[in-house]
Amino acid sequence: MAGFDKVVSSYDEAMQGLSDGMTVIAGGFGLCGIPEGLIAQIKRMGTRDLTVVSNNCGVDGFGLGVLLQDQQIKKMIASYVGENALFEQQLLSGALEVELTPQGTLAEKMRAGGAGIPAFYTATGVGTVVAQGKTHKTFSGREYVLEESIQGDFAIVKAWKADRFGNCVYRHTAMNFNPLAATAGKVTVVEVEEIVEPGELAPSLIHTPGIYVDRVIVGQFEKRIEKRMVR
Amino acid sequence: MALTREQMAKRVARELQDGYYVNLGIGIPTLVANYVPDGIAVMLQSENGLLGMGPFPSAQEMDADLINAGKETVTCISGAAIFDSAQSFAMIRGGHVDLTVLGAFEVDQHGNIASWMIPKKLIKGMGGAMDLVAGAKNIICTMTHANKTGESKLLSECTLPLTGVGCINKVLTDLAWLEIKEGAFHLLERAPGVSVDEIITRTAGKLVVPDDVPEMTF
Repeated sequence: MAGFDKVVSSYDEAMQGLSDGMTVIAGGFGLCGIPEGLIAQIKRMGTRDLTVVSNNCGVDGFGLGVLLQDQQIKKMIASYVGENALFEQQLLSGALEVELTPQGTLAEKMRAGGAGIPAFYTATGVGTVVAQGKTHKTFSGREYVLEESIQGDFAIVKAWKADRFGNCVYRHTAMNFNPLAATAGKVTVVEVEEIVEPGELAPSLIHTPGIYVDRVIVGQFEKRIEKRMVR
Repeated sequence: MALTREQMAKRVARELQDGYYVNLGIGIPTLVANYVPDGIAVMLQSENGLLGMGPFPSAQEMDADLINAGKETVTCISGAAIFDSAQSFAMIRGGHVDLTVLGAFEVDQHGNIASWMIPKKLIKGMGGAMDLVAGAKNIICTMTHANKTGESKLLSECTLPLTGVGCINKVLTDLAWLEIKEGAFHLLERAPGVSVDEIITRTAGKLVVPDDVPEMTF
């Protein structure tokens, strides 16, 4: 790597430094906009006892679901985990811990984590199990709960295009949690469909500025569709 | 006769107003999009980051990168916007969405809602439901009036773990259209052919019945 050139040429290089017990934040919503090759690399590396933060945990045999096969995940922080039989099995057997977090709170935890904000108040979850044991405070007559932000040792992100400096754009709703995850990793790795030269992406239309990005790799994506619906 | 799913969607659709931004939950709420009254424009918000959700795509248009919150392939209408999940929930939590329609297991006379978890069954997660009920000013809850064994789902106090507290103000069941205020369900309309007595029998929570309860027409 020279100067601001963030492009790496192998998945080994892309995930170098990931070790047992680390926290990994992953972008994606369901199977949409997931860093398929980076997830596969974590599986190949066999890294264990991971805390994984992502809206969902993939499905059986695809997406983050593949990391369940060798029990690489110790704890999952997610808003919805209903699409995965292996997940259910490991949860019931006690092999896997899960922290269910409301989707908007999860997104904000990542955003705040990347923005240097250690915690924030939200009305979401007040009066429910989610708020139990947490600090509450009343503002203008309404009660709010204090939620702590999240940072990851690694963030793994899927973007559509990035330039060599790590400036990223996302495509359609494959954006979802990806720009938030990108800000919240100590090491942020972005897997893209296409790498372009600096200057090719319009500066006003960059979704994730390169300052958040440490490594960029170009991948091949299956882009599996969870629910095919046609008119 | 109890309302069909389609009739429930039609009745909710009458609450839409021109220029509304609307979030529709999974199930009956999704069907509301099929019954938007003529002459009214609404913009559908999908919490995975889409404002201006269109119908399902044709087979040629289908795109893995364009899905809704139910993970179904969709399209964008002309003038749609796409954004990240924090932005999506900022508009929800910040009260910018005009109407939210969602399902529930139970609702009580204080406006509490339980919709995400049945203890001892598999816990799948709340997704965006807790954010939606905390942020929206105007929520319609669609549900069957009673469960399969005939027990009321309109209660004095929810028994299941809550999704939100004091947040539901309107409920449409297969039997009735009700408003929740001042610690009671207020009966506003009844399904065609459903008697007030039947609604009273099937409502466990406090129910206020006015002298005249109009019958819905379709």
